[in-house]
Amino acid sequence: MDALVAQLQMQYRNYTVSLYQQGFLDDQFTELKKLQDDASPDFVAEVLSLFFEDCVKLIGNMARALDQTGTVDFSQVGASVHQLKGSSSSVGAKRVKGLCVTFKEYCEANNYEGCVRCLQQVDIEYKALQTKLQDMFNLEKQIIQAGGKVPQVDIN
Amino acid sequence: MGMAAVESQFHVLAVDDSSLDRKLIERLLQKSSCQVTTVDSGYKALEFLGIESNDPNALSTSPQEVEVNLIITDYCMPGMTGYDLLKKVKESPAFKNIPVVIMSSENVPARISRCLEEGAEEFFLKPVRMDDLNKLKPHMMKTKLNNQKLEEIEKPLNVAAAAAAVEPEITDSAEVGSKILTLQSELEPKQVHLQVAQQEEQPLGNNKRKSMEEGLSTDRSRPRFECITTGV
Repeated sequence: MDALVAQLQMQYRNYTVSLYQQGFLDDQFTELKKLQDDASPDFVAEVLSLFFEDCVKLIGNMARALDQTGTVDFSQVGASVHQLKGSSSSVGAKRVKGLCVTFKEYCEANNYEGCVRCLQQVDIEYKALQTKLQDMFNLEKQIIQAGGKVPQVDIN
Repeated sequence: MGMAAVESQFHVLAVDDSSLDRKLIERLLQKSSCQVTTVDSGYKALEFLGIESNDPNALSTSPQEVEVNLIITDYCMPGMTGYDLLKKVKESPAFKNIPVVIMSSENVPARISRCLEEGAEEFFLKPVRMDDLNKLKPHMMKTKLNNQKLEEIEKPLNVAAAAAAVEPEITDSAEVGSKILTLQSELEPKQVHLQVAQQEEQPLGNNKRKSMEEGLSTDRSRPRFECITTGV
């Protein structure tokens, strides 16, 4: 039992560290974890849930705004990008945030192709993050089910 | 509301149009032992406080008896920005003394200056962290002290005198009233000494708040999302 817990904990640690190393997450995610405690045990999951809802909604807005026959309202696209940038920054979704920065520049430059490319990329990126985080949460569950505690992962 | 005989929690009104950011600021404030009310717009904030907002969609309720000790608001919001809200609060005789903190995802020196000049207490760059909220501890201590002082004074007094303590007007209990006012002014300089335990110098925090590396942008009249900077 203990050997299994130890193994799962090590897996969890390595996985979490890799997410930071690969740039999926930044230290704002660490801050989120600090805010989770017995009073608010599902805080991180709840916040991430709001983030992914935002992704769906805002990417939908961007897609509609870019799908105009005739002139595209780039400021409308930009407004959604701005909001997504804010949300990704608030949860520590580093890659998504980085893409939003680029995306914003294309909006300001009224660059249609650039915007369309960014839209595709941001869609792929948030989904990739969602999968990664799901795997991370699954590992947490397994540790708890095996009778262990989820370790604090020190990124530095 | 009435007399501050019961030590109530520091009550913060948090304003942000993003539900994610509202959740975040709420948790941060709860962790700092504050009571939190969140609203999603400046209009709702004014409504909550009981200030006329001229919003046709606002519910016409009579002003609530709410005690808000601090307002923390996002800058960039549709309709009424955080800056607009700040102005309204500072223009209101009843609420102008409530400290207002502005949060923004963008580091625009002109924006920061404008907010501070208009009377904002602090300007936090998003994402806001516990370190930022620690800067608000002096405000919390000050309010707690005020409550305690009022508590001590009210014990031997009758109701009328206690009422005079809460209201700035001095009526029959002129002596009591002036005593309170003296104490209030005494509290101002004392506040500095209280912070020894909690208030560590945060040079990084200051830089974060007042980063002036970028050039200044000029003020423009405001369409819906002007607060999203373009050139700067």
